[in-house]
Order: sequence, then structure tokens, then C-alpha cells
Amino acid sequence: MGMWYWWTLLGMALVTYIPRAFPLTFLEGKELPPVVSGVLRNIPFAVLGALIFPAILYVQQDNLLFGLIGTVVAFGLAFLFSNVMVVVLGTIGVLAVYSLIF
Amino acid sequence: MNNRSFLSGLKAGISIAIGYFPVALTFGLLAKTTGLSIWEATAMSIFVYAGAAQYMSLTLISKGVDPILIVLNTFVVNIRHFLMTAALNEKMQSEKRWIKGIYAFGITDESFSVLATQKDKKIATPFAVGVALIAYSSWVVFTAVGHVIGANLPAFLQAAMSIALYAMFVGLLVPSMRGNRKVVMLALLAAMINGFFYWTQLLSTGWSILVATLASSIFIEIIYAKRGKNLPKGV
Repeated sequence: MGMWYWWTLLGMALVTYIPRAFPLTFLEGKELPPVVSGVLRNIPFAVLGALIFPAILYVQQDNLLFGLIGTVVAFGLAFLFSNVMVVVLGTIGVLAVYSLIF
Repeated sequence: MNNRSFLSGLKAGISIAIGYFPVALTFGLLAKTTGLSIWEATAMSIFVYAGAAQYMSLTLISKGVDPILIVLNTFVVNIRHFLMTAALNEKMQSEKRWIKGIYAFGITDESFSVLATQKDKKIATPFAVGVALIAYSSWVVFTAVGHVIGANLPAFLQAAMSIALYAMFVGLLVPSMRGNRKVVMLALLAAMINGFFYWTQLLSTGWSILVATLASSIFIEIIYAKRGKNLPKGV
């Protein structure tokens, strides 16, 4: 790659950093209207729903069953244990066994 | 260990570090096959630090796409972070701007999810720094490792680990869903809207997540405001 790569990298770094830093620094100490902060408090749960579904089904693009098993195991473990590490390692473990067998 | 210290932040971030391991390793490997040197590949993980955008840039670079378009695409993919950091700001301990400017760099889908689902009313700065730092270290280190060893994990393990980040999201979401119908509605509605945009291909992934999140958060808030019910403080 040439010099252009590093300029591209600089551009990418800037446009990635701005959405991360702007609200955190700009909104510091500002009191938002209750409706707005109500909506903002909802965002973590909404974003988790959108991040999980439907992408979780397609972690192995050619194998929908793989994603389905992962989904069921992850939700099952999460209902039983509510410990993130148990959910992550348990789901990986089950899918590792599945991929070894099939 | 209380939920305020740097150490407990590191601990809470371990699941992110595990989830990043195969993704970063594969990025390093793909960067090598795209023709990036180890410095170029690792520098991208150090300075940009955004998984989806980095993967996309490799595709665009290999196709010889105009750098300006690469930067523009990166912005579009990452625009959802506006929403996340605005939401996070409500939960973070008050802090000097330059300090927030530093840990803001470490906010990803994953570190945001871990921080935003903490039960504490306010999140302490050292805890946030701990979460961000362990995730970031995993991303940078395993990018370099992927480039150096230039080989994948065994296929079965790589396949199994591709679920890691999603399993983490599930592990963060489900405990908050228990006995809280509003959280269930928020997640379900956003998932449905996102699924709609995914299958109809009306929006690209970055925009789709942004629109689904915002639409669900606003719609459910309106419904609950009318009923006079709301999330308990600190949730």
C-alpha cells in the first residue's frame, strides 16, 4: 500500500471517533428533557435486540441450523444462569462439539 | 469486588476480549491476503478500532475503491455510535471532558452493551476504562497475531467461536428481560424492524440497526408514557 493508505486510515479514524466522542463530551453536564432521556434509556435494550437478530442466525452463512442451535443454546443458558461468561463459553462449547461431529 | 474499580471493569470486559479473539485473528489474516503489511493492518486496529468498518474497508481496498468512498462508508457504518454514546452519557459518572474523550474511543457495540446493562445507577469512569481497555487490547493484539501466523484456528473452533459476540449480547439482554415487559418489548420490536430491513434489503446493516433501535425506543416510550409506566431508575 502507498501513502494513500495512511491518509485513508486517518479519515477512517476521524469518522469513527467523532460519533463516539461527540455525544459523550458535548452532552456532559447537560440536563436533557425527560422524554429524550427516557428514549435514551431505552436504547441499550433496543440495540441489543437489533444486534442479535437476525445476525445471530447467519454466523455461518451457509448453515442456518448452526445459527439456530447457537440461538437456542445461548438463550437457554442465559435464562438458567444470567452469567455472561457461562453463556459465551457454554454456547461456544456446544457449537464446537456440534461442528466436530457434523 | 464492587462495580466501580478498574479491575472489575477488566473482568466485565473479558467476554468481549474472548469474542474479539477470532474476529481480530481473521481480520489480521484477511488484511495480509489483501496485501496490507503487518504495520498497516495493526495500525488500522489501533487507530480505527471498528470491526465491521475494518472488514468492509478490506473489501473496498481490494476492489480499488476511491479512498474518499472508503471513509464515507466507514462513517455510515459507525453512525449508530452517536445513538449509543448519547445513551451512555446518561449513565456515566460526571467527568472531565478530556477523560471522557479518551474512553469514548473504546466505545463499540460490545463495550457499550456491557456498560449500558450494568445495574448500577451510575457507571464509574475506572470501570468503563477497564472494560474498554481489555476489549481494545484483544482487538489490537490478535490482529497482529492473525497477520503473523497467517493461519486460521482449526475450522471447528473458528465456526464455534463465530457465535461468541452474539452469545454475549444474549447473556447481557436476557437477565434484564426478566420481569420487565418493557425491556422485552424494546428488544423484540427492534429485532423485528431490523429483520424487516435485513430481509427486504431496504437498508444496509449500519442504517438498519440505527433505524430499528431508534424506532423501537421512541415507539415504546410513547406507549409507556401514555400508560404512565416507566423503567425503574437505574435500569
